[in-house]
Amino acid sequence: MALLVDKLRPRSLEELTYHEELSKRLRSLAQCGDFPHLLVYGPSGAGKKTRVVATLKELFGPGVEKIKIDARVFMTSSNRKLEFNIVASVYHMEITPSDVGNYDRVVIQDLLKEVAQTQQVDQAARQKFKVVVINEAENLTRDAQAALRRTMEKYSPNLRLILLANSTSNIIAPIRSRTLLIRVAAPTHDDIRSILAAAAKKEDWPLVEGLNKRIAEESGRNLRKALLMFEAVHAQNEKVTDTTPIPVPDWEVLVGQIAKEITEDRTPARVMQVRAKFYDLLTHCIPASTIIKTLCFKVMPLVDDSLKPGVIHYAAMYEHRIKTGTKAIFHLEAYVLKIMKMVEEYLMSMDM
Amino acid sequence: MASFFDIKARKAAAAAANGASSGNAEKTATESTKVQPWVEKYRPKTLSDVTAQDHTVTVLQRTLQASNLPHMLFYGPPGTGKTSTILALAKELYGPELMKSRVLELNASDERGISIVREKVKDFARMQLTNPPPGYKSRFPCPPFKIIILDEADSMTQDAQSALRRTMETYSKITRFCLICNYVTRIIDPLASRCSKFRFKSLDEGNAKKRLEDIASLEGVTLEDGAVDALIRCSEGDLRKAITYLQSAARLVGAAAQTGGGDADEMEVDNAAVTVKVVEDIAGVIPEATIQRLLKAMKPGGSGTVSSVVEDMVADGWSAAQTMTQLYQAVVYDETLPDIQKNKIVTVFSEVDKWLVDGADENLAILDLAAKISGIMAGR
Ligand SMILES: Nc1ncnc2c1ncn2[C@@H]1O[C@H](COP(=O)(O)OP(=O)(O)OP(=O)(O)O)[C@@H](O)[C@H]1O
Ligand SMILES: [Mg+2]
Repeated sequence: MALLVDKLRPRSLEELTYHEELSKRLRSLAQCGDFPHLLVYGPSGAGKKTRVVATLKELFGPGVEKIKIDARVFMTSSNRKLEFNIVASVYHMEITPSDVGNYDRVVIQDLLKEVAQTQQVDQAARQKFKVVVINEAENLTRDAQAALRRTMEKYSPNLRLILLANSTSNIIAPIRSRTLLIRVAAPTHDDIRSILAAAAKKEDWPLVEGLNKRIAEESGRNLRKALLMFEAVHAQNEKVTDTTPIPVPDWEVLVGQIAKEITEDRTPARVMQVRAKFYDLLTHCIPASTIIKTLCFKVMPLVDDSLKPGVIHYAAMYEHRIKTGTKAIFHLEAYVLKIMKMVEEYLMSMDM
Repeated sequence: MASFFDIKARKAAAAAANGASSGNAEKTATESTKVQPWVEKYRPKTLSDVTAQDHTVTVLQRTLQASNLPHMLFYGPPGTGKTSTILALAKELYGPELMKSRVLELNASDERGISIVREKVKDFARMQLTNPPPGYKSRFPCPPFKIIILDEADSMTQDAQSALRRTMETYSKITRFCLICNYVTRIIDPLASRCSKFRFKSLDEGNAKKRLEDIASLEGVTLEDGAVDALIRCSEGDLRKAITYLQSAARLVGAAAQTGGGDADEMEVDNAAVTVKVVEDIAGVIPEATIQRLLKAMKPGGSGTVSSVVEDMVADGWSAAQTMTQLYQAVVYDETLPDIQKNKIVTVFSEVDKWLVDGADENLAILDLAAKISGIMAGR
């Protein structure tokens, strides 16, 4: 059974509900032959991918929906074999170069040129060019991004790129200069509520306004998350009311516990306990960045206002170190120690 | 149905469309200009087409007459005409027919390890110089050397660059090198010192304006008063960016006019003008009201709401870099802030900028920036 997120995904620009202006802009771009390269950015769960797929359909027609998965093998210069999956239709292809980590440049160099140097198979295709969608573009290495530069210019008669990214700060200036930046804002609480209401209707579930409002707020304007929570609530409860608790993902519960534990008891023993929990999270593939960010937001309500700037500062600082360093656990623990120290000092100053 | 990777089918298709494909580059260019992005359509074709780089163009034109060329190093920010200039120069030197055999372009999309560059350069340099067909020389100077363009050279490793030194010397009689980069400091000294350097400046307002207005009039786009200035302001001296913005702004208002106009079903670029607002929208400029809201939340008294304002901005997808730029402007030009506070605030920007460039989380970084500025404003 498909999840709601997939089942209810709009397939064309007309079906998209929120950001009407943006849909209009994408349509106007798609309808002229001179479609530029795009860099589509916005927070996760804002519906970037859905919008891009709808735009592809506008560009090429329903043929883009006939996709298949190709497994390809690349050779690195050191003769290592790289396996790489590609999702492709006759008109477009979708890749996630960060799957191969630091070897993404090899994939980009080979694959894009190969695509660019060949013609459209379907002679009756609506566009002369093919489109390559690059997921998680913010994770592309500098080298891979550099490899895109001239390719984007030289092969522009045959090839258009659509880069998808959560943020643009990691995209090098020459690439930003070569793309039209398209910002996809997260849906507002109201947008989410009306989408949930529509979903309820389609699924024949009762409409529970108060609950939907809470879900919209809990989701942090992340539509994917909202739909997942919505589905979970309805799956786990016979009868759903305004006050039915919304299930929280396990990992978030765990981070919440950590926040509570480190503000309550600031001892070496606690650090040890918390370390085990961090390892637990990391082995379940929760990114360290997400952990530290969530921890920061969970600690905030538990501490005095005067400590909040520090809680934020150290989260930002150690998150940066997580990104530039190699061992996430060092920085997570360092953050925990900082928080403990701040809380401890605050309490001491209160005693005096 | 044929697959995306059915190479055979592609080859067949390529053969079918052969006239347009491999054969004559010029022809392809004219055929596809209709569907090309404007940046490519309006790429300068000759040296004199290159705007705003007067000094460079004059010097290069002189070398064109003398038919001799030093090794060259072009550097400057994106979208200022470096690649266009060397390609135009090469074309003027050799004409369309000799371009292929006389010019080798290697860019970051090519494998550029030490041995590979050496091999490629060697093979290319050793190829016999073909003689220009009769009569050809009167139109193009065709000097007796080849040009090797190493575009985007700042992405070459130091080792590959040092290996290049020897190669450059070995073949110096029959080849000229042109290195192109954004950051001249990424080119090792021994290489840089072998080249005449040409700096490409960010495009100045006057020239950029003229170019944009020319393109607009060729494409039949009407620009509202101030729209060109907005294009220039938002693209920060990067002409490529400005042209892309112009194109999508034109599409946007063209489409709007079309749906409004009803039954006009031809693709006519309508008289609806490109406005400042449309340009700013496309360029991702944050509305002034949003910045002011953030500023107000940061000021003493407005405390407590900073994190919710930031949260909203992040969810709205405003890029951290844009937020930084605009907030910086707002803070630095805020006359109610004492200088001593501004000084402190500026150092915060410095730190956060570095984080962002290293790929740190935008939400945390901006939140920290806001919290710190707020603290400084409160005299903490
Ligand atoms: N000086 C200029 N005169 C006219 N057009 C220009 C100029 N500079 C840039 N352009 C426009 O911008 C486009 C890109 O220019 P070009 O490829 O030469 O930039 P670049 O300097 O090589 O940038 P990058 O560092 O990103 O490679 C051109 O196709 C042209 O439309
Ligand atoms: Mg270039």
